[in-house]
Amino acid sequence: MKRILAAACLLVLIGLSSAHAVQPDEVMADPVKEARARNLSRELRCMVCQNQSIDDSEAPLARDIRLLVRERLAAGDSDSQVIDFLVARYGEFVLLKPRFERQTLVLWLVPPFILIGGGLALWLHIRRRSRGEAYAGNQPLTADEEARLAALVAGNGPAEKP
Amino acid sequence: MIAEAGHYALVLALGLALIQSFVPILGARWGDAALMNVARSTALAQLLFVASSFAALVILHVTSDFSVVNVYENSHSLKPLIYKITGVWGNHEGSMLLWVLILALFGGLVAAFGNNLPLRLRAHVLSVQAWIAGAFYLFILITSNPFLRIANPPIEGRDLNPVLQDVGLAVHPPMLYLGYVGFSISFSFAIAALLEGRIDAAWARWVRPWTLMAWIFLTLGIAMGSYWAYYELGWGGWWFWDPVENASLMPWLAGTALLHSALVMEKRNALKVWTILLSILTFSLSLLGTFLVRSGVLTSVHAFATDPRRGVFILLILCVFIGGSLSLFASRASSLKQGGLFAPISREGALVLNNLFLTTACATVFIGTLYPLALEVLTGDKISVGAPFFNLTFAPLFVPLMVAIPFGPMLPWKRGDLLGAAQRLLAAGIAALVAIAIAWAWARGGSALAPLAIGLAIFVIAGAISDLVERTGLLRNPLAISFRRARGLPRSTWGTAFAHAGIGVALIGIVCETTWNSEYIGTMKPNDVTKLAGYELKLDGLSQRQGPNYREMVASFTVSLDGKKLSVMTPSKRNFTTRGASTTEAALLTRGVSQLYISLGDVTADGGITARIYHKPLVLLIWFGPVLMAFGGVLSLSDRRLRVGAPKPARALRGLQAAE
Repeated sequence: MKRILAAACLLVLIGLSSAHAVQPDEVMADPVKEARARNLSRELRCMVCQNQSIDDSEAPLARDIRLLVRERLAAGDSDSQVIDFLVARYGEFVLLKPRFERQTLVLWLVPPFILIGGGLALWLHIRRRSRGEAYAGNQPLTADEEARLAALVAGNGPAEKP
Repeated sequence: MIAEAGHYALVLALGLALIQSFVPILGARWGDAALMNVARSTALAQLLFVASSFAALVILHVTSDFSVVNVYENSHSLKPLIYKITGVWGNHEGSMLLWVLILALFGGLVAAFGNNLPLRLRAHVLSVQAWIAGAFYLFILITSNPFLRIANPPIEGRDLNPVLQDVGLAVHPPMLYLGYVGFSISFSFAIAALLEGRIDAAWARWVRPWTLMAWIFLTLGIAMGSYWAYYELGWGGWWFWDPVENASLMPWLAGTALLHSALVMEKRNALKVWTILLSILTFSLSLLGTFLVRSGVLTSVHAFATDPRRGVFILLILCVFIGGSLSLFASRASSLKQGGLFAPISREGALVLNNLFLTTACATVFIGTLYPLALEVLTGDKISVGAPFFNLTFAPLFVPLMVAIPFGPMLPWKRGDLLGAAQRLLAAGIAALVAIAIAWAWARGGSALAPLAIGLAIFVIAGAISDLVERTGLLRNPLAISFRRARGLPRSTWGTAFAHAGIGVALIGIVCETTWNSEYIGTMKPNDVTKLAGYELKLDGLSQRQGPNYREMVASFTVSLDGKKLSVMTPSKRNFTTRGASTTEAALLTRGVSQLYISLGDVTADGGITARIYHKPLVLLIWFGPVLMAFGGVLSLSDRRLRVGAPKPARALRGLQAAE
């Protein structure tokens, strides 16, 4: 619902141009390049929208960037050249997957850190506890316990405590 | 008059919540049963008053009383009755009222069915519930009062946002809130346990059904919202990694982890501290979700700064509850005794692994959602974290988790044998390999990832079936004996199998939809024919229609397969005059579990229309999976051991003993 709410606010914001994402007149003649353009579009943000890629967005700006991407591809740019061009023009904000840089260090490193750190902590914890168990289990029996055990083994029924 | 009565009922509910916040706790401290029992009456009375308040708002909406701001801004006299009712929670004030209604409902349920709880525990739990309720009543009364009047009432309302005029609004928010708010119960139980400084396996048995219930609703709520977005937004997407979606996914991930750790605690009396922490975290994430969605901080940090009243209030609630509960946890957790021991390879070990991955996944969503906000506030730099980031980070977390799923139920408690479990999963492994080979051959090369993912999904499903086969001895015993054993299996075992299989089913849907989805985007004129995935779609023509509060343009497509006519699909574009807004109503044709999807774009100057046509193979499995998971949850909930509100003398006795 909230997603729809957000999209709804957006519709109002962009003056309700009900144009759809990727218009027929945008599609490139070369299917390979068109596929590359579509893949790139999914990684690029429509900057006036709330968390939409230019591939999904109906905003006029998204259309402009889609056309720009196709223009660069038609001119023979590689995917990374197109990305660099757009970042130079619109800033890092245009990338839906931020690059691994100083300011995104925490973002990228937190998941592996938690997984590895958590795994390590668990492993140490379990090892420490099971060692504790082994230690407790290895304590020699007291003389009293030995006697009761012997009685049990001898088959004299439940050993009575003296 | 009705508006004032509703407003007053809410004020009374606040008064009751304040009484319930302190009296039962004092009663527990002084050992006064009468004071502790106050909680029961106040919780039920609170439910009554909040329900009256909510009913008042519903009546105002149904009767289109435009002298109330909330009704004027979100309703229209021509709106169909169902949307007049659902429109009550299709706006900020109303949805917060629904939030507290559900909170009061859960409080009332604990009061009504909590007879088998020890008196002190119940008093503490209901007091904590009342703290939460009181905070949110205050929030509504101070910043978001839905009962405000307009001095000069207008004749007509401004209508509900057209995108929300859909049955989805009738189901999705209540389900989601039942999930979100349902986790408040496990939170209250956790705080109560910390206040009492005592926690045992019986505690886990009381908490699990409530957590399970919340989890079932949240699962269905998220799935329902996803399907709604899929057919309503008109581009066939079903998950966008949008912050508001992430806000509901985080409590789901944490809640799923909680379900599993509570299981270990109930059966083996281990992981106590962790289970308490997860209970706190899960509800904290629900609160965080409420903050993210309700404060407007997501739309823009600046919008939040210019009108911060609501946002700051929720932020305050958030800080007090999360900060308070975590400090309480920090000061009391060490006094909770550690429970049963287990080897790394054991059922407990598998469940701990599950928790590790789910928690990491949850943390990933958390940081991905909040990092851009934090970075902008701290440095002013703007970055985006969207679907490509989450897809990339989620896959490495979910693949090992899913590989581990079938092993969990196969391993015995305390100390397991991985090789033995692997042997029992041999059939599932073979099924997975066969599935990979078939998918690979069918796709004729192409992406290697998709067949592997399908193999993984089949492994999970076949693993769930193997577990049942193993437990009923289907292949070793005569059918009659297996049947008897199947009936004798605890329902929670069936529940586990269904829930685990559901994940596999959903994964198949996700992989097929994203990999083999085909689409056509083009301008079509009447009598044009388009071919897509073997289907022929002919545009018969365009027509205009008048709805109750909109006009729509309907396109009619004849769909045929191999020259035989299958059906007629009628996607449309609706124009809502009051708001001047339009929506795209996609047309869906379901074939088995696959779907054809048509949505309309603009009319061109030469009488054609832009059409986007998709063929989405096995797409329905994406939502069928969560439904299976929720069904598994329901089965597990109906297990004798866990049945909510079924007081059993033995259990009550144990509870009393524990209280000594």
